[in-house]
Amino acid sequence: MAELGQLTLGGLSVGMIYAAIGLSLVLIWRATRILNYAQGGMAMFTTYLAFEVINRTGSYWAGFAAALLGGLLLGGLIERVVIRPVENKPPLNAIIVTIGLLIFLEGLAGVIYGGQYRSFPAAYSINGLKIGSAALGISANDVFVAVAVLIAALLLALLFRYTAVGLRMRAAAFSPPVSRLLGVRVGRMLTLGWALAGLIGALAGVLVSPSTFLYPNSMDAIFVLGFTAAVIGGLDSPAGAVAGGLILGVLLSYVSGYLGSDLVPLFGLAALVVVLMIRPEGLFSAPAARQV
Amino acid sequence: MNRSHRVGLPAVAAVAAAALVLSACGSSGGSSSGSKSSALTASAPGITATTITIGSHQPLTGVAAPGYDEIAPASNAYFDYVNAHGGVDGRKIVYKYLNDQYNPTDTVSVVKQLVLQDNVYAIFNGLGTPTHLAVAPFLNQEKVPDVFVASGCECWNAPSTWPETFGWQLDYVREGKILGSYIKQHFAGQKIGYFYQDDEFGKDGVKGLDMEIPKADVVSRQSYDPTNINVGPQVAALKAAGAKVVVSFTVPAFTALLKLNSLKLGFSPTYVVSDVGADPITLAGLLEAYAKQGGAKVSGNALTQGIITDGYLPTLGDTGNSWIALFKKIHDTYIPKLPFDGNVLYGEAVAYTFVQAMLKAGRNPTREDLVKAIQAGLPQGPAVAPYAYSASVHSGMTGAYIGIIKNGVIVQEGPVLTTTTSATSPVSTYTGSAPAAPASGLP
Amino acid sequence: MTLLRHLAAAVVLGLILVLLTIRLDPFRDYQIAEIACYVIAVAGLTALVGWSGQISLGHGAFMAIGAYSAALLQLHWHWPLYVVLLASTVITAASGAVVGVAAARLRGPYLAGATLLLAVALPSLALSDNNLFGGDQGLTVVANTPAFLGASFPLTRWQAWLTCGCALIILVLLANLARSRVGRSWRAAGDDEVAAALAGLNVARLRVLAFVVSAACAGLAGVLLAVTTSIVSPGAFTLTLSVALLTGAVLGGLGSLAGAVWGSLVLVLVPTYVTDVATSHGLSSSAGSNIPVVAYGVVLVVVMLLFPNGIQGGLVRLYRLAAPRVPAPHWRGRAQPESGAPVSPGPAKPPRASASEHSASEHQEEGSI
Repeated sequence: MAELGQLTLGGLSVGMIYAAIGLSLVLIWRATRILNYAQGGMAMFTTYLAFEVINRTGSYWAGFAAALLGGLLLGGLIERVVIRPVENKPPLNAIIVTIGLLIFLEGLAGVIYGGQYRSFPAAYSINGLKIGSAALGISANDVFVAVAVLIAALLLALLFRYTAVGLRMRAAAFSPPVSRLLGVRVGRMLTLGWALAGLIGALAGVLVSPSTFLYPNSMDAIFVLGFTAAVIGGLDSPAGAVAGGLILGVLLSYVSGYLGSDLVPLFGLAALVVVLMIRPEGLFSAPAARQV
Repeated sequence: MNRSHRVGLPAVAAVAAAALVLSACGSSGGSSSGSKSSALTASAPGITATTITIGSHQPLTGVAAPGYDEIAPASNAYFDYVNAHGGVDGRKIVYKYLNDQYNPTDTVSVVKQLVLQDNVYAIFNGLGTPTHLAVAPFLNQEKVPDVFVASGCECWNAPSTWPETFGWQLDYVREGKILGSYIKQHFAGQKIGYFYQDDEFGKDGVKGLDMEIPKADVVSRQSYDPTNINVGPQVAALKAAGAKVVVSFTVPAFTALLKLNSLKLGFSPTYVVSDVGADPITLAGLLEAYAKQGGAKVSGNALTQGIITDGYLPTLGDTGNSWIALFKKIHDTYIPKLPFDGNVLYGEAVAYTFVQAMLKAGRNPTREDLVKAIQAGLPQGPAVAPYAYSASVHSGMTGAYIGIIKNGVIVQEGPVLTTTTSATSPVSTYTGSAPAAPASGLP
Repeated sequence: MTLLRHLAAAVVLGLILVLLTIRLDPFRDYQIAEIACYVIAVAGLTALVGWSGQISLGHGAFMAIGAYSAALLQLHWHWPLYVVLLASTVITAASGAVVGVAAARLRGPYLAGATLLLAVALPSLALSDNNLFGGDQGLTVVANTPAFLGASFPLTRWQAWLTCGCALIILVLLANLARSRVGRSWRAAGDDEVAAALAGLNVARLRVLAFVVSAACAGLAGVLLAVTTSIVSPGAFTLTLSVALLTGAVLGGLGSLAGAVWGSLVLVLVPTYVTDVATSHGLSSSAGSNIPVVAYGVVLVVVMLLFPNGIQGGLVRLYRLAAPRVPAPHWRGRAQPESGAPVSPGPAKPPRASASEHSASEHQEEGSI
């Protein structure tokens, strides 16, 4: 059926965004064992930065680069200044701190730019691609989004697996005291982890803002679904985040198309509950110590 | 229940008594319409000798804020203009609007604060249907005038249960009927698709549409949840059903999303959009970035070209219209940083209506006087069709004109059409003419 | 003994509140009623999160269940108010059991994620069936002043009495629960599940019980909020509410009932005050209305950084600094809970380097009652 194909493609393209947010959440979780509730807010903020640069220079790619760089810096800065003091406290404190950070960022964006929806450009045309005269239902921009997220995920995987820095980051996350003994600057690795997460989040923000419009609360709903994707895939697994995002995107697209858009949150919940009942730590996470 | 007046009560009582005696010797009936020499008194809570204080609840932050957060500052701008030109019978209007973030729990809090603590004279232009429904019973219980609610729900027209509450803008059922009758005339027999917000705004609109458009013509009805920006599946369904005309009761963001998703799917029907979601300036702003894409040399206006909509206030594109000139002048003086768009026009127009009502209420009005003044009927003002206010009807505007967006402005197409909310009454042409704006800018 | 002490404290507080409601104006009475509703919800949440160590980002959903049950029971069966209060609490407790069972195997962020999505999904359920749940316009709850108080008794004062009365009852019950075997078992299971299981505690059942109790509190709070505001609609139970409840619990002092009171005061009083200040200075609409938001965010971050044990923890620290050296109180069963106390501190650092790094992630610091 044409509609099924349409819904699947649409679901995949939006699922890529959930995957990107999920990926950044997984990065932070792996590095500092903290749930960064402000991830969406950080992405929104860096997208405003991109918006500012694009308006002043007229170049989309300058804005794109500015957002990525801004995400890198913002992530690192936040970890160093705001998160470092709560890293060794109960995890709930860090959640509240990130909630406060989210509220702060949204308010700041509102003060500087006001609440109105801004139009954010897409990298490539949003007109539907056609094969002959049949519309495919996706645009060149959708293809770019998918490719960008996949490349980012791939580069991250390569970084972690094959570089010295990646090894150090993994060591710092797995066992800080032992890593310190072995000469790893644990603090720097944590900051780097947050910086990379900020970069991925900024990428997600720039990729999704053309279709959500840019306003202070624009990333709230995306964050919830990205978080769900990360949980479904397993918070320890970057590949899981990507898979979770795609699965969620397609599932919700089907629900919205066949059952109505008001049932989407319920089915999201149902999917999450089903996955977690089967595997309480997500689909792709490594099995934890077995409880006797 | 007025407690916080700084004016000495015995003095007030004496002056009020004297004023009443004087006016009773004069004209008959209605409120104290005494000579200009009668003193201004604190005749009701929120009214002092020098000020009239009114309150409102508005979404200034949060997801409902974009666009709507311009309305209250625009009303305030009009009040500032009136205050600078003598005020209402010499009193200045103090407009206190508080943020409820479109959350009904917060609405109850801020309205209770305004009524119980700040002792406002009336609640003016409370915004939102679910939010205002939370406070309408309280306001009616406390006998606080609840005038010109910023919502097109039919529910404000309930004089027997809510005698203090009055609507103002064209309600969504009437709007649906007017748009529906245009479609019935011009697109008879073609496949129609509905795209509507799944709340009372969209559903009332659809109710009106169904009163005019034959059921057999409607091939697809797609509703969307405003918290879910992914409307791709809905648009795909409209395309799959082969709709040639899509009627949408959407807010501007979702009108834009409808358009963007249609571009992606290669779907190009004729769009008929409710006034709520068809402000050309807002839409152009939302679609701007896409028009620049692909080497296009046109602005966002190209993407709004040909959208059919309705209007119950003069169109912003009609620069020769005396109301538009007046409101633009006030906008440029008091709120130049805001865009002069549909929301600002709305805010100023409803503020004008309030001042009309206050002037009619008399020199030293009680809260009852305001209600009675509106029930006695208000002159048309900037609205293109007459108000329906009477003792038994509390809804406001009765009609609108059909317009088509051309080059970024709405161009009126045909006459003003009026109707009622009942399924059996027809949509008829309004033969009267709209009054011009007063030269002074005051009613 | 404990029960008597708690009851006495409740009676004294109750009398103070009655006097306050009589002295203050109707709007302040309304605010007192609102605060009391939040105290009930936040107290239940702090019991769940602070004592039994389970994070819930979805307690707004339980409030919604309580409120909607009350509205529907009143609408369709016309039960009297007190029966409705009780019935809604029971219904919400049952839903808490369902959620607790479903979430029994979930830990830390996974539980947070599931409850987050519950908070998002449940209000949308209310939107899907218009006729039953009233759609986005919602349902109303009618609650009039009872006849025996007289016709001229202000409605807001009665609402304040009703909500404060319920709040005091809940606080007494929770305080007793905290000192009972159940409370100790919760803390044991929350601190170290494996050890608790080895000691013979049925951890799963305890976790579900914690959900039941906290959901019941949230449900009652939801009904009372519906009575006070007289409307029940999906827009009142957004994710923001759930997050606010958690924020209130942690800001006030996690695991502490007094902390629940501080947190609720902050939740209700701080935002309105700040909005007034901003709008009265004639700032441009968007800047002016967003400044309170910025300030609130800053306050949250700063308070959490400086006072990790919340307001109650900060107060206790100040008290200990100011008061002369007194011997530490005799705690039945638990080691010294507060940080900064002279005796051996509780577990401050969650052992990240442990082998079972997945399950160690929600060690909570003990707060004081």
